[in-house]
Amino acid sequence: MRKIFLFIPLLAFLAVGVFLFRGLFMDPSKLPSALIDKPIPTFSLPSLYEPEQMLTADSLKGEVALLNVWATWCPTCLEEHGQLNKIAQEEGVTIYGLNYKDEPDKALRWLERYYDPYKLVVVDQAGSLGLDMGVYGAPETFILDRRGVIRYRHVGAVDEAVWQKLRSMMQQIEKEEV
Amino acid sequence: MIPELGQFSLILGLCLALLLSVVPMVGAYNGNQLWVDYARPLSKGVFAFLSFSLLCLGWAFLSNDFSVVYVANGSNTNLPWYFKISAIWGGHEGSLLLWVWIQAVWTLAVALKSKTLPHDIVGRVLGVMGMITVGFLLFILFTSNPFDRFLPGFPAEGADLNPLLQDFGLIVHPPTLYMGYVGLSVAFSFAIAALLSGRLDAAWARWSRPWTTVAWAFLTIGIALGSWWAYYELGWGGWWFWDPVENASLLPWLVATALIHSLAVSEKRGVFKSWTVLLAIAAFSLSLLGTFLVRSGVLTSVHAFATDPQRGMFILGMLIVVIGGSLLLYALRAGSVKSDSSFGLLSRESLLLVNNVLLTVACAMVLIGTLYPLVMDALNLGKISVGPPYFNALFVPLMSIMAVFLGIATVSRWKHTSVSMLVSQLWLSAVAAVVAGLVTLWLYGGVLEWWAGLALVLAYWILFTGMRDIYNRVRHRRNLWQGMRQQSRSFYGMILAHIGVAIMIVGVAMVTVFEEQTDMRMAPGDRMTFRDYTFIFDGTREVQGPNYISDMGRVRVLYQGEPYTEMFPEKRLYTARGMVMTQVALQPGLFRDLYIALGEQLEPESGAWAVRLQYKPFVRWIWLGAIFMTVGGVLAAADPRYRRQARRDAEMAKV
Repeated sequence: MRKIFLFIPLLAFLAVGVFLFRGLFMDPSKLPSALIDKPIPTFSLPSLYEPEQMLTADSLKGEVALLNVWATWCPTCLEEHGQLNKIAQEEGVTIYGLNYKDEPDKALRWLERYYDPYKLVVVDQAGSLGLDMGVYGAPETFILDRRGVIRYRHVGAVDEAVWQKLRSMMQQIEKEEV
Repeated sequence: MIPELGQFSLILGLCLALLLSVVPMVGAYNGNQLWVDYARPLSKGVFAFLSFSLLCLGWAFLSNDFSVVYVANGSNTNLPWYFKISAIWGGHEGSLLLWVWIQAVWTLAVALKSKTLPHDIVGRVLGVMGMITVGFLLFILFTSNPFDRFLPGFPAEGADLNPLLQDFGLIVHPPTLYMGYVGLSVAFSFAIAALLSGRLDAAWARWSRPWTTVAWAFLTIGIALGSWWAYYELGWGGWWFWDPVENASLLPWLVATALIHSLAVSEKRGVFKSWTVLLAIAAFSLSLLGTFLVRSGVLTSVHAFATDPQRGMFILGMLIVVIGGSLLLYALRAGSVKSDSSFGLLSRESLLLVNNVLLTVACAMVLIGTLYPLVMDALNLGKISVGPPYFNALFVPLMSIMAVFLGIATVSRWKHTSVSMLVSQLWLSAVAAVVAGLVTLWLYGGVLEWWAGLALVLAYWILFTGMRDIYNRVRHRRNLWQGMRQQSRSFYGMILAHIGVAIMIVGVAMVTVFEEQTDMRMAPGDRMTFRDYTFIFDGTREVQGPNYISDMGRVRVLYQGEPYTEMFPEKRLYTARGMVMTQVALQPGLFRDLYIALGEQLEPESGAWAVRLQYKPFVRWIWLGAIFMTVGGVLAAADPRYRRQARRDAEMAKV
């Protein structure tokens, strides 16, 4: 009887091993967001191009769109910027920008220089909306549906592979809503 | 050229390690003395080649050889030389090289320090250590080669070391932690050698004890250094976050703590041997598991791992072989182990068993909390994370119970202890601890904070029972001084380490209960008062560092209205990576730390910043306690009795 007990540690380890194996094939960048399937938090922040105009959550409703969190201090944002330009120009996808903890002057110059893919840019200089949305850092990209509900969150740069995935999700959401 | 030599040397090291893991093992199995004796020279050879390899990588960093991918990703010409050296272990590939080099250091140490042990045991121990070395070397060479080159074109400038890691903490934290992690492989190898040879006796426990204690001491100080580093570098003022990487180091520590106590019982009384072997296997297995969790990105990394599952698969395969194999060996062999003696229901043995159970339960619960998100996700039950509330709710009561038993066990006797004896020994300490704890609390805060009160009582309890233990041992001597001198180093080591536990309890409880913090907007000239301290913000100025530009704030501090000190919190922009880092200003003290971190600049015109001020009482005691434990461990391992006894065991083995 005692001999059988001696196998318990081995069996316990093998059970853990199975989960570790499964863990290898999961994508930890799909971060849980408490806000998935919740509307975007309410806010009232200035627009980058017209600072006197205040944007709210309603400004981001109406279309299935991407909300891209970016800043001029973030080198990865520049890296993904070309991809965003391509998405906006060639595929006509609506992208909203959330300029995160940045200076508006620098942001304007940056967009002038690298081209602007955004339909609207919300200025979140204090990072308050980013905080409400649980942003870890820039860049992050969210998928919003027509009602302004957050459907997906991607952390890190958007490249061609990521965009393929995001596009199929956006198409799915569009179909649902029709 | 030099990086190629380094890689070549790594391959030669692998060849020797392969020989080391086969030749002495076969020799020990066949009784071929000559083959067994190859273990020592082979260990030295592995050490020599791996050292050369590490030096080559160091050279690549110091000479700014950006044709090496690893150097280009983790260094920069502007990086100060000492950070270039610590950048060797600043990334994945290099830290593995450091790991395997430390494995070689421990192997060499065993080879040099085991003159008195039976040859077949030494051969087997070194052989098992050689196998572990082979595993890690294969991992490095196949999946994480630090000597890979950018060819044909390479960057003119490196991407710089992550600014978070450009710090004294990074220079010392990984090497000490790895010394601890890898040091547990010695205890593991002794356990495997004992299982293989079937000689699972008190002598085995005595041989592995000093090694285990030293590894435990390194692990203790390594974790403490990590906690200290996180405290001053991350800018939040927290000292323990229960994140998976920290848990990965805590798991082997908890088991190793259980192991050093259980080894004591196995050595002195010849019981728990099967359990002790299991703990020795578990301690090293958990350090391997920790490596897997940290290095595979299963739990922590935000990088999609699915793109490169090779590394994770490799480590997982190694885990299966090493842990699965040793647990299988355990299951097959440990059944024949017999206890050499028996013990009563209330005895030092049973009290140490309580210690072991509590530590193991604590370890299991940390392991469950760490793996739970992974398991939930694998079962498609959703993504969740387990936060500090879970860990604190279980860890705090477990450790409180342990502190109570710690005091009882110190004065208890082997074999059998009567309740009346315990009561007569302990009532005074108990009453004194309660009184002293509550008085201290009242003097300090004047308020009834139950948790702080409990912690202080427990800390005094450990202190007073330790004093009682010393008193019991010296009261029959002629005078106090002589009695004190006659106690062994390992006894003082134990007392010191236990006092370290008491100190740490005080630190943890006091800083948790009495810390104060505030985030506020401060423009130049603004002031803020906190306890007896007044902080006046003088604004910031730009300062140029070697590889960063900094906004350095100046905060004048007044103590009870009198000028006390000036503090300089910084916000640094590291130019090579464009990364912004918070450099905290600290005013450390034995009884309190003042902690200032600059947040964001709010209005460039008025020079206003978001500033976080913190008052952290007794936070230093957390690390002070760890230092006591470490010194205690080193003292215990240095006890001359191990060497004397080892010689005697060797003579016994010859007869």
